[in-house]
Amino acid sequence: MSNGFHRRIEAQEQAVRALLAETRAWLRARDVSEATCGTVEIALAEALNNIVEHAYAGRAGRIGIAAVLDGAQLRCTLTDRGRPLPGLCPPEGDGPALDRTGAEMPEGGFGWFLIRTLTRAQRYERTADVNRLTLAFELETGTDPAP
Amino acid sequence: MKLEQTCHDGIKIVTVAEPRIDAAAAIRFKDAMRAVTAEGPDHVVLDLAQVRFVDSSGLGAIVAAMKQMGPGRRLDLAGLTPDVAKVFRLTRMDTVFIIHDAAGAAIRRASG
Repeated sequence: MSNGFHRRIEAQEQAVRALLAETRAWLRARDVSEATCGTVEIALAEALNNIVEHAYAGRAGRIGIAAVLDGAQLRCTLTDRGRPLPGLCPPEGDGPALDRTGAEMPEGGFGWFLIRTLTRAQRYERTADVNRLTLAFELETGTDPAP
Repeated sequence: MKLEQTCHDGIKIVTVAEPRIDAAAAIRFKDAMRAVTAEGPDHVVLDLAQVRFVDSSGLGAIVAAMKQMGPGRRLDLAGLTPDVAKVFRLTRMDTVFIIHDAAGAAIRRASG
């Protein structure tokens, strides 16, 4: 069974949905636990949504994904030709403050917080006009449940 | 966005009959919630038992749905599936909403 997964999609919300479903099925077929599949899907969803909403900001474009499973490590590299991340660095992602109530409650600001929380490491490179974001995950496999 | 609604003992239960509240669905969800909560009971329980996945856009839309109900009204959540519960826990939004195991539990609690 191949330990690599490559796809290229249009930078568009429905295509992101389909890619997430396909990635999850690929992980599930390799005995990755449902909990870890969820972790990967949430982090990838946030990174892919950021590319659609901010890097391309509604313009047409393409996104590449290359995933490699190596033992208990998963590395996913996303590439796009949209705008660079501000400051050429992934945002800190502290998450919005929750000490507000009512109309002041935050409705956004959780994307990078989730990515940082759910991944072991993140690396971002901008070369020529290409953004390359690599997210690394530690996996628990379904065949070897934690005690 | 398909939402089903029922009323029990002065509580409106709104059931999301779709598997995802994500970036592709967030605006439709928020608009559909505005329509179903515009009138009726002040206490609404959003039943998420059929929802397998919520991303930060969906989370923001659920917060927006609460805010647009206006002051003095209340939105609880029920039936969080594992990935949805994870997003609420990590963002600490589980401290903002009252979360019931299931929509039926919310009714029993209110009427008991």
